[in-house]
Amino acid sequence: MESQTFQKIYTKLTNITKATVTLKASDVGYDEMALVHGRKAQVVKLMGNQVTLQIFAGTEGIPTNAEVTFMGRPPQLKVSEELGGRFFNAYGDPIDGGPEVEGEIRDTGSPSVNPVRRMQPSQFIATGIAGIDLNNSLVSGQKIPFFADPDQPYNQVMASVALRAKADKIILGGMGLTNDDYLYFKNVFENAGALDRIVSFVNTTDNPPVERLLVPDMALTAAEYFAVDHNQNVLVLLTDMALFADALSIVSNRMDQIPSKDSMPGSLYSDLARIYEKAVQFPSGGSITIVAVTTLSGGDITHAIPDNTGYITEGQLFLRRDTDIGKVIVDPFRSLSRLKQLVIGKQTRADHPQVMNAAVRLYADAANARTKLENGFDLTDYDERTLDFAKEYSEQLLAIDVNIDTDTMLDIAWDLFVKYFTKAEVRIKKEFVDKYWKK
Amino acid sequence: MEKNNKTTGKVAGIVSNLVIVEVDGPVAQNEICFILLENERLMAEVIKIVGVNAYIQVFESTRGVRIGVPVEFENHMLEVTLGPGILSRNYDGLQNDLDKMEGVFLTRGEYTDPLNREVKWNFKPLANEGDTVIAGSWLGEVMENSIPHKIMVPFKMEGRYTVKSLAKEGQYTVDDQIAVVADDEGNETPLTMVQKWPVKVPIKAYKNKPRPFKLLETGVRCIDTLNPITEGGTGFIPGAFGTGKTVLQHAISKQAEADVVIIAACGERANEVVEVFTEFPELEDPRTGRKLIERTTIIANTSNMPVAAREASVYTAMTLGEYYRSMGLKVLLMADSTSRWAQALREMSNRLEELPGPDAYPMDLSAVISNFYSRAGFVYLNEKDASGSISFIGTVSPAGGNLKEPVTESTRKAARCFYGLSQDRADSKRYPAIDPIDSYSKYLEYPEVQKNLAENMGDEWLGNVLKARDILLRGKEAMEQINILGDDGVPIAFHDRFWKSELIDFVILQQDAFDKIDATTSLERQKYMLLSVLDVTDSEFEFKEFEEVSTFFKEIINLYKQMNYSEFESDEFKKHESDLQKLLKTKMK
Ligand SMILES: Nc1ncnc2c1ncn2[C@@H]1O[C@H](COP(=O)(O)OP(=O)(O)O)[C@@H](O)[C@H]1O
Ligand SMILES: [Mg+2]
Repeated sequence: MESQTFQKIYTKLTNITKATVTLKASDVGYDEMALVHGRKAQVVKLMGNQVTLQIFAGTEGIPTNAEVTFMGRPPQLKVSEELGGRFFNAYGDPIDGGPEVEGEIRDTGSPSVNPVRRMQPSQFIATGIAGIDLNNSLVSGQKIPFFADPDQPYNQVMASVALRAKADKIILGGMGLTNDDYLYFKNVFENAGALDRIVSFVNTTDNPPVERLLVPDMALTAAEYFAVDHNQNVLVLLTDMALFADALSIVSNRMDQIPSKDSMPGSLYSDLARIYEKAVQFPSGGSITIVAVTTLSGGDITHAIPDNTGYITEGQLFLRRDTDIGKVIVDPFRSLSRLKQLVIGKQTRADHPQVMNAAVRLYADAANARTKLENGFDLTDYDERTLDFAKEYSEQLLAIDVNIDTDTMLDIAWDLFVKYFTKAEVRIKKEFVDKYWKK
Repeated sequence: MEKNNKTTGKVAGIVSNLVIVEVDGPVAQNEICFILLENERLMAEVIKIVGVNAYIQVFESTRGVRIGVPVEFENHMLEVTLGPGILSRNYDGLQNDLDKMEGVFLTRGEYTDPLNREVKWNFKPLANEGDTVIAGSWLGEVMENSIPHKIMVPFKMEGRYTVKSLAKEGQYTVDDQIAVVADDEGNETPLTMVQKWPVKVPIKAYKNKPRPFKLLETGVRCIDTLNPITEGGTGFIPGAFGTGKTVLQHAISKQAEADVVIIAACGERANEVVEVFTEFPELEDPRTGRKLIERTTIIANTSNMPVAAREASVYTAMTLGEYYRSMGLKVLLMADSTSRWAQALREMSNRLEELPGPDAYPMDLSAVISNFYSRAGFVYLNEKDASGSISFIGTVSPAGGNLKEPVTESTRKAARCFYGLSQDRADSKRYPAIDPIDSYSKYLEYPEVQKNLAENMGDEWLGNVLKARDILLRGKEAMEQINILGDDGVPIAFHDRFWKSELIDFVILQQDAFDKIDATTSLERQKYMLLSVLDVTDSEFEFKEFEEVSTFFKEIINLYKQMNYSEFESDEFKKHESDLQKLLKTKMK
């Protein structure tokens, strides 16, 4: 419980802005939590005896004589096995009607792992989705977002990835989730019989947007508890990080900071890195893997949010609708898993890297052929073959509804190579061609 | 005691990691100070002074810090500790030895000694009693991982000194006295193997700094062959995320012909640092056969570590480089990414409410970057016939991949080689994605470099390089024509021209950083391959229709690729080569 000793009550606010209040107070720590007029707040500036507090729910209706008490502590979460199966809001309070969680109190936003204590990630995560496993293989301890337009089924894909990933715990950090999406996650997890493996921290569109800023830290504090204290493999789902970043910009604009690109705060990179870098493989066996969603506006990945994200995460999974097959695919051009080389051809079949590269190169040739076609030029025989290949490749391997094991993925790719191309066109190391090229 | 001279102060304001301190005495710009919490000491640097208020940037989180907390000023700027035992270490941006820290998580306020004080080094004197010495003079040497590490007169010592006594060859710790020197007035100074130096001040203990003139072999074909960098040269790698900056830097740091490699991971991913210290102890230096880690020092200030220390990290790395350069060594310095350092400057400048320049970066960004790059270079030392160098390659992470942003533009003015990574090339997996047309090495224009190339690579080399570039350019033009007019709307010669440029692209430019053999190419092999490929591009072939052109060249490329994957001059290599010759004959005019 919160320490009740000597809680001084202040009742005189000197300044109120849209997001903050200022008052005279003493012996206040930076980052400390407070209650202002019953709303949760955090110290963002100390100047002499003037304390400025950010009110997460906004300052609407707060009077100058509002009651202010300081909690003498930063944001915290109580951690124990009891977290499993529970739903919380951004402050870590239960929203599922269940009792308070009993456990050890941990500060959120804990320090970073010493880089020399990290282990190199090395465990392949199979999702069954070839667009991921074949071309952009995930590794535990990795951090990777889906880049998707708002109308794409990213939450569904993320839920299937989560359930197939064989994680010991799944921690959902929902930011600006619609109520429908919240219920969707709840349902899917329940139906999979996985609820006790799942902990959720949810800020829905009904909640004040600035509260979202607390969600990733809450989720990651829980994740660190399971990964460090129990050596578990924890998968953290963060959706939608674009809405998290929007909340950052709301705060910085209200605090009159100089915006940089796309009216985002100049510290966006550091703010996002602090979260994503919590992904780690611990030496003791536990790990934290982060799969996030960053929605795009109009597919623009040069916008500051996806751009900074791409610079931080270990790749990105780009969802796109392929009109040729009428399905959503994991786009092989814009997608990337930077950790894939740690596992492909090692934990998967040795021909994996070369098959992956050859298929993507041939798919790129198909894109060129399509451009030719659109510009009204005749296609060569090779062009025609690449187009036919691309369609089957997309349908059988890139579509997000695929669910097969990696060997099958590789076999399918070889089948397509043999069906449409010559060995010289495929350009794979001879040893693999000798082994897998079967007429 | 010394404590009495220290200026002290009290915290008067806090906004994130910017803290205002009311001071009771003199303070200096960039002076180091500590915020004294009950159980922790938080290190900070003065960045602005207004009246009695010192504005300090704290190298740690300020969570829980209160108004009135005492602060103590240290009388010196941010310094590094220099001495044997720096190689193979993993430091943070402030030169704390990360391996000495306890626990899995970093603890706020924990600072560790960069050197090992117990280990004994075998010291061999190089100077003699009675010698006249100045800052940087070599007094003796110890072997650090098989690299001769010179023990020098501290850089801070001004003027001339006479060596009064010098330790005999034997085992000493870094703190043991190894010499006594005296100035003109006879004031004696005892010296150990350790000295300190402020990171923001360049070490200038050298005779002169000529223009770089020697080729630095990196093993990366599209650098060495097309746009070479020099010993003591500077270069930068701008590229959107995922275009291959880090992989390229790592490749260079593994293969380059350097005595010492310093890698500054500045505000980037922690896992990339893990990769280095997991792999480097296993990998061999292709020249010495010793493990790569033995010549490498890592400065890790990853993106989740305190922002203010990011700026410090690149200076720390440069200063360590200057230290080793003063020993007559070839140092290769890598910083990934200099944009993160610029962003750290921007965050602080915004907090200080300074007038912002373009994209809210500080006004003096360009000057700061130029200043930093100018610390690299080739130098002749004061020691007889000795020279040393720092070659510096930084990456730049342009927002939105747009090269017209302030950090890229400022760096372009400072660095002599430009290795621009192209998104298109990366998307089509043409790695390394260095754009062959836009990239340049200004060193190719230096007469002294041209002379050095002629001596090492042959008189024809430069001509061949320029020819290869010309073929690439003409191929690109042919491609554009084909795209406009259609495959059969252009003469077959256009297809021939295009595919000849593709040949150079696939065989010379593209290089698989993850293939054991292809990853590194010796200069000898590079020369062989370029000549071989140019033989093909010089040949005239007989084609009946345009489709034949691509089919033929794809087969040629395929055979060349197999050669690239084979050990140079091995039987396998020769077999693919003879297959290639047979194939070429079939279409040769
Ligand atoms: N030379 C190369 N050979 C093969 N793959 C490469 C090469 N360079 C880059 N890549 C691929 O591109 C990915 C991103 O490269 P990286 O250097 O991390 O990009 P950046 O630092 O520019 O964001 C790597 O994980 C790898 O898959
Ligand atoms: Mg990188």
